[in-house]
Amino acid sequence: MKDKFFPALIAGIVTFVLAFPLLGLSIVADGLTLGLEGADTKTLGYIALASLAVFFFQLWKSNIVAVAKSIPLPKKAYSSPAARSQSQRDKREKLFTLIVVALALVWPFFASRGNVDLATLVLIYVMLGLGLNIVVGLAGLLDLGYVAFYAVGAYSYALLYQYFGLSFWVCLPLAGLFAAIFGFILGFPVLRLRGDYLAIVTLGFGEIIRILLNNWTHLTGGPNGIGSIPKPSLFGLEFGRRAKEEGNVPFHEFFSIDYNSGYKVIFLYLLALLLVLFTIFVIRRLMRMPVGRAWEALREDEIACRSLGLNRTIIKLSAFTIGASFAGFAGAFFSARQGFISPESFTFIESAIILAIVVLGGMGSQLGIILAAVAMTVLPELAREFQEYRMLMFGLMMVLMMIWRPQGLLPMKRRHMELTNG
Amino acid sequence: MLETALYFIQQLLNGLTIGSTYALIAIGYTMVYGIIGMINFAHGEIYMIGTYISFIAISGLIPLLGIEYLPLILIITLAVSMFISSTYGWAIERIAYRPVRGGNRLIALISAIGMSIFLQNYVRIAQGSRDIAMPSLIQGGWSFGPPEGFQASLSYMQLFIFIATFITMGGLTLFIARSRMGRACRAVSEDMKMAGLLGINTNRIISLTFVIGAALAAVAGLLLGLYYGVTNPYIGFIAGLKAFTAAVLGGIGSIPGAMLGGLLLGVTESMTSAYFSSEYKDVVSFGLLILILLFRPTGLLGKPEVEKI
Repeated sequence: MKDKFFPALIAGIVTFVLAFPLLGLSIVADGLTLGLEGADTKTLGYIALASLAVFFFQLWKSNIVAVAKSIPLPKKAYSSPAARSQSQRDKREKLFTLIVVALALVWPFFASRGNVDLATLVLIYVMLGLGLNIVVGLAGLLDLGYVAFYAVGAYSYALLYQYFGLSFWVCLPLAGLFAAIFGFILGFPVLRLRGDYLAIVTLGFGEIIRILLNNWTHLTGGPNGIGSIPKPSLFGLEFGRRAKEEGNVPFHEFFSIDYNSGYKVIFLYLLALLLVLFTIFVIRRLMRMPVGRAWEALREDEIACRSLGLNRTIIKLSAFTIGASFAGFAGAFFSARQGFISPESFTFIESAIILAIVVLGGMGSQLGIILAAVAMTVLPELAREFQEYRMLMFGLMMVLMMIWRPQGLLPMKRRHMELTNG
Repeated sequence: MLETALYFIQQLLNGLTIGSTYALIAIGYTMVYGIIGMINFAHGEIYMIGTYISFIAISGLIPLLGIEYLPLILIITLAVSMFISSTYGWAIERIAYRPVRGGNRLIALISAIGMSIFLQNYVRIAQGSRDIAMPSLIQGGWSFGPPEGFQASLSYMQLFIFIATFITMGGLTLFIARSRMGRACRAVSEDMKMAGLLGINTNRIISLTFVIGAALAAVAGLLLGLYYGVTNPYIGFIAGLKAFTAAVLGGIGSIPGAMLGGLLLGVTESMTSAYFSSEYKDVVSFGLLILILLFRPTGLLGKPEVEKI
């Protein structure tokens, strides 16, 4: 007991030292004279309580762990091991995917406008998460400046519309292309760097892009951003009450139905869904292609790959470029949905959120990332009163995930065959 | 002619002021990297917490204890701020880095990013997200140059920054070079496994590096806090990135390198703002970081890292 008492006491005191000065005291400035103000008794009580809790937890840690272990966990239900071959698994997966896609297609017609709008945002994050997953999850290159490519995509559409009047459908592939070119230009020199250096360089690159957007005022509008970016049209049918361009017909007039602003929201949602499905489809194909396998091989063991004659620069560069192009698509869609963009939307925090989605979902796992994107976007909306604590929880979650489950909630499963008896 | 020279000297002085504080923060990065090979992404937040603790200590000392004697205020504030920031450094290592040590480097880095976001928002919630201002305690200075026309000036605050940085760095260099613990630090950064076999408590040495790094960041927090007279929860990110650039510039893992890198970066920045554009000074520093990593990843004073298979 005694040998545990002092470490526990120190842990308790440390908790107090960490919490008290910042939580318990605040500066009151009255003109030029400064003063300190203590927090209310409730906060002070919480600080004391937290310190005591840490103290007692450390003191009785071994007992608590023993008790926690003695609670019987429900046994994992084993799926009958031999009975499921790869083809059966594939069939189930296909059925499952079909049902989910069908539900996602039908759902907006019954849901409220706000929910459909939120779902569109979720889909943007899904697309970004899947794109970053190529770079971080599959190729193992930690990219902390992914938001730069998102910004390039968004600004491509906004600027091309503003200066050349190009429509969304022309700009969408162009935005992907520009983001890919940026990825290529950045990737070409920096991919020689080792993992953590690469992370910092991409972070610096992301900041450079944001500062440029902020200060190149006569091109990008600086901090004021770019406004009145048009929404996409459906084969020339617009979703406004009246057509903005000469010769275009609004959607409701063409089908001679009543005008409803909800159509626009549903259309945007369906468009995002389409983009996400396209992303999933392309990435699934890529993963089975030689280049996709090379990404994973390179992540696992770079030296072995090089000795087997794989060109690491080309492989890394392809992952970087393809990942960037998806961010470009997402960016173009984002600016079309918002109608307004400014450098504010493309800060480092955005990169960190996308990274958190990939980490939480399980690096490399597509289903995991989709679920994580849903959780990360929907949970803060549900718990609006905790909005203030959102980023705090975020940071905490990233740390805890790395400690307890670095492979993510739904780790990637490899396709594999199993031998059956008989 | 004289005017141009004076202007240049003024920029040099300003750059060295900022640069010496970058150097203080950079030492924290470089020591941790030298020993466990990870980028302590949350280090910039320790600096930010250092500014807050200093401000709180100063505004507590003057009215509550009625201390008016300036050197005493500064010394007590420095001691309090170093102690609390070191506790943060120590706790961060214990909570977020030790459990993931020995694994993949990226896992430790992601954990550090999470910690950085956590600390930033913790301070934002605890102290509010608005700027906190501090009236300047050290006023006055010297001016050089013709009375009519441009005058270069060296304020007492800048002088204080130079002296404090010089003493801190001298102390650290002596500690690393002469003391028993310093020798253990060098041994662990050379070969951790071997040092452990020879009876050095490596965990304790790793904790010590985090504590020293955090204490130096707290010194920088007090100095820069007083120099700018303002702080907010978001200053840690950019300052951390700059200090990391300084550490890489000088050669990561090398303490003299961090000092040199910090000064060089500070001067580069102030020259950029003076002769080119102050909006793009961050672009220049990050561009510099990218260029060094590309062409000389070992920095100015670093040793090349040999990858063992």
